[in-house]
Amino acid sequence: MGKPEDTEKKKKLKDVEISVPIVYGNAAFWLGKKASEYQSHKWTVYVRGATNEDLSVVVKRAVFQLHSSFNNPTRVVESAPFELSESGWGEFEIAITLYFHNDVCEKPLNLYHHLKLYPEDESGPMSIKKPVVVEFYNEIVFTEPSESFLTRVQNYPAVTFPRLPAGFTLTSSAPIEDESKRKRGDTKDHPLNQWFLNFSEADELLQLAAARQQVQAHIAKLRRQISVIDGQNQQFKSSSDQ
Amino acid sequence: MDAKDILGLPKTPLPITQEKKPRPQKDSQRKPDGISREVYALTGGLAPLMPSIDASQLKRRPPSDEKITWQWLPFTSSARKDNLQLYHWVRVVNGVPPTGDYSFAKYNKSVDVIKYTDEEYEKYLTDPMWTKEETDQLFDLCERFDLRFIVIADRFPTFRTVEELKDRYYSVSRAILIARAPSPGEVAGHPLVKEPYNVSQETERKRALSMVLSQTKQQERKDAEVLAEAKRIAESRMAAQGAEEPDLPVTSDIVPESVERAIGHGDTISPSSVQVPSAAVAPSTSIMADNASTLTSLRMLRVYLRTYALEQMVQAASSSAGLRTIKRVEQTLQDLGVNLKPKVPTKAVCAEHLELRKEILTLLNLQKQLQYKEAEGSSFRDGSYGDMPGTPKRSHRAVDQDRTFVPDAISFGGERAGKREQKRKGPGRVSETPSSPAHKRPRKMKASDL
Repeated sequence: MGKPEDTEKKKKLKDVEISVPIVYGNAAFWLGKKASEYQSHKWTVYVRGATNEDLSVVVKRAVFQLHSSFNNPTRVVESAPFELSESGWGEFEIAITLYFHNDVCEKPLNLYHHLKLYPEDESGPMSIKKPVVVEFYNEIVFTEPSESFLTRVQNYPAVTFPRLPAGFTLTSSAPIEDESKRKRGDTKDHPLNQWFLNFSEADELLQLAAARQQVQAHIAKLRRQISVIDGQNQQFKSSSDQ
Repeated sequence: MDAKDILGLPKTPLPITQEKKPRPQKDSQRKPDGISREVYALTGGLAPLMPSIDASQLKRRPPSDEKITWQWLPFTSSARKDNLQLYHWVRVVNGVPPTGDYSFAKYNKSVDVIKYTDEEYEKYLTDPMWTKEETDQLFDLCERFDLRFIVIADRFPTFRTVEELKDRYYSVSRAILIARAPSPGEVAGHPLVKEPYNVSQETERKRALSMVLSQTKQQERKDAEVLAEAKRIAESRMAAQGAEEPDLPVTSDIVPESVERAIGHGDTISPSSVQVPSAAVAPSTSIMADNASTLTSLRMLRVYLRTYALEQMVQAASSSAGLRTIKRVEQTLQDLGVNLKPKVPTKAVCAEHLELRKEILTLLNLQKQLQYKEAEGSSFRDGSYGDMPGTPKRSHRAVDQDRTFVPDAISFGGERAGKREQKRKGPGRVSETPSSPAHKRPRKMKASDL
């Protein structure tokens, strides 16, 4: 493990990207009888792995910036699960800044989530048991990942590992930290787990494929029509020249 | 009222009882006091929002304690060297005429043209292209005409271009400055020394300007196209270079110069101006250039969200489309039951979404093309340009048998699965595809819809 190997680890790969699928949002419980004017809901805002895997392999800390009316509106969460619970009455935009480990990326990434407490359907009854949940799926894309990053995350399911260019091999990663430590960061047994939404790309892909087919068929038809009309117009042009 | 008099028009065709009404109005409209009605009407007859001059001031100006007379008195001007005495009207206050120089003498500014001695000429200023006599003449004219080189060029005894004259004047002045200065450092800040006159650049610049001025409209358009193309290509190259070294300001300076030279060469573009291709570039290359530059700029970010990347790619792909077209694309997406922003934006989904958008753009462009060609065809046929496509006459032609009705918004019957809370723009848009060719197109489609 001398110096040349370190510089190799800092070597970055072009056209290789690592993506981390995440879901972020909030769950809010109405406090019902216990609700007061300023604390009508108890809510949790969070960022989790899309498949509930532990994000701390990539994320070093998450900073949640709350509305200025909260005490210490800048809340820092140093370990997974990256979430923050509070109670309040208002909906506002929360800025979530994710800081990554040094070998992952030096720049932080900002997410913005509008806290939702009240259900879409305003006329329906509010339940204490069933929370209002709003989640968004997204993927964090890291371009030109360093070799050390790649090496480290090889075996972590939270990360979508890319296909490496031909002839490129990674050294085997350091042994995975012991199970118990890893377990705590994932959200598979999270108390809110039952409310988490499922995001499947299959449906959307089907929809898109069907739409594309239709559009392509239309395009072909239009092209045929245009060539017919072109032919006609050519005739007119030559006949008018006479 | 006076205007009608002048024109000889009847005042009002209304009965006499109505005449009493306008009169009190006319009185109240007579706002001004202090100036006569005619003068006030000159201002438009209406009171200005902000009174520029207080109307009351206009009559009461001269204070009554002063005795003002106007006298026809002689005067001299310090601007003249010949002691010419002229006369003019002077406002005399209490018998005391005003003192001081002629009020316009202060505008007599002139340029400090350098005067060199013969020795200095021999030592520093000799030039193979210029005789001393000519140089002296030049400087004399410069002083007389305050460096108005156009005039000087006109009056110069031998033929010389304006640039040659300027060059000679500035280089002589510069040489004298440097020669007379105690040390070179002292004049180093002088503009003449810092930025000497560049003849070739000036000649070239003026030539280019005159070419631009005398361009025909067509040439102008062609040049605009070439410029846009060059800019796009330069940007994509810049982005590619910028990924390796952040040297952006330098390259952006180079581009306008090389493009300027391209204008100077008119239609033929010399190979020495590096980045400018020929005018007929396929539109796909420009879109690809957009895509490439977006990808490069994304890569430079090091970390970004998939949705952000998609937004950027969508923007790049629609960069050539107007706002209306973009709205139509979005409407089409909705009609197809596709989310405007994917709910599960994975890499594959985003790629598909982008491709779909591009295909819709192609579709809309083809629709437009078809419209135009049909309009062309109908103008050929009927010999008139006023025909809108879709009027019932056209149904008799054989062509229509192959042609199905293509509405403004594509209606895809049956694809309603994905739409839950989608808002519809209007009831007419999502109708089933009508097959009768005699059906009129919806009004929203216009031939000018670009």
